[in-house]
Amino acid sequence: MSLPEDPLLAYLLRLGDDNLIVAHRLSELVSRMPELEEDITVANLSLDHLGQARLLYSYGAEVEGAGRGEDQLAMLRDERDFLNAVLVEQPNGDFGHSMARQLFVDAYQVPLYEALVESADATIAEIAQIGAKEARYHLGHSSAWVIRLGDGTEESHRRMQAGLDALWPFTEDLFAADHVEAQLQQSGVAADLENVHQRWVTTITEVLNQATLTLPVDEYQRGGGRIGVHTKHLGHLLPEMQNLYRTHPGVSW
Amino acid sequence: MSDEVRSSGYPLWEVFVRADRGLNHVHAGSVHAPDAATAVQAARDVYTRRAEGVSIWVVPSSQVHAADPDEAGDWFDDVKPYRHPTFYEIPEQVGHM
Repeated sequence: MSLPEDPLLAYLLRLGDDNLIVAHRLSELVSRMPELEEDITVANLSLDHLGQARLLYSYGAEVEGAGRGEDQLAMLRDERDFLNAVLVEQPNGDFGHSMARQLFVDAYQVPLYEALVESADATIAEIAQIGAKEARYHLGHSSAWVIRLGDGTEESHRRMQAGLDALWPFTEDLFAADHVEAQLQQSGVAADLENVHQRWVTTITEVLNQATLTLPVDEYQRGGGRIGVHTKHLGHLLPEMQNLYRTHPGVSW
Repeated sequence: MSDEVRSSGYPLWEVFVRADRGLNHVHAGSVHAPDAATAVQAARDVYTRRAEGVSIWVVPSSQVHAADPDEAGDWFDDVKPYRHPTFYEIPEQVGHM
């Protein structure tokens, strides 16, 4: 199985998995930042995303009603069952590369959560309230770095552009929609991803202009994450993330 | 990354956090940052991550001028109890004084 039959559960897993996987990528950066201050910041960002994932999984587990909890959803599903966009599983590179991924993610989550605040589903609306505040802060952080590095030295500009170019082919997967979104949008539960995409393009264009960077034009896009078809990197991330729980099933900490 | 941009190369900023409405900003610590905006952001993450504050100030440490600790005796050991306004009762409505 990869896509749950219940569209609400599929939707919650798509949102939750984005957060869990990007939280894990950010946690990998802890202790590797150029500054102590930035180290604490990436830990905070990671925990924000983890917190959002937990809320979404808890609700997903309740919707599923199969006796699974948030831990089981996070730690006992396999690669094909994860429904995150392929962007968030892309590994960290140099600091500019990692900030490029965060900018793409943050510029997506801000309009997404701001739309979901109006969701007909009260629990999703409540989670989105928290998410929107956090995402706006995250976007301020990532865009400030992209602008500083893009409009910095020749070397920082080159690296920042390289990061954006390398991750660009994974960005459209964020906006891939199928019957899940269509059905939930009809009932006012899901966000309109076309609107989210438009706001995302506006934000990215503004930030890159200010950063004297160029919007990548590569037309190749790698999708599939939303139906569980991932790049090779998720297959390496999951064993590390899930190892403890799978070695000691039911462990609590 | 070249050596000159490591933390030793960034200026130091003193951080002041206001814990709640009506209270004063209180010195919380310091951060290294290349500019004021980054210093405020770093201060937010380092000193208010557990909701300790509602407002942050940062000041370049180089702009803080201190009394000479060697003269502390002459300056501060001057205890004169009659200078304390202990003969007034402060109404409860005044709040934080």
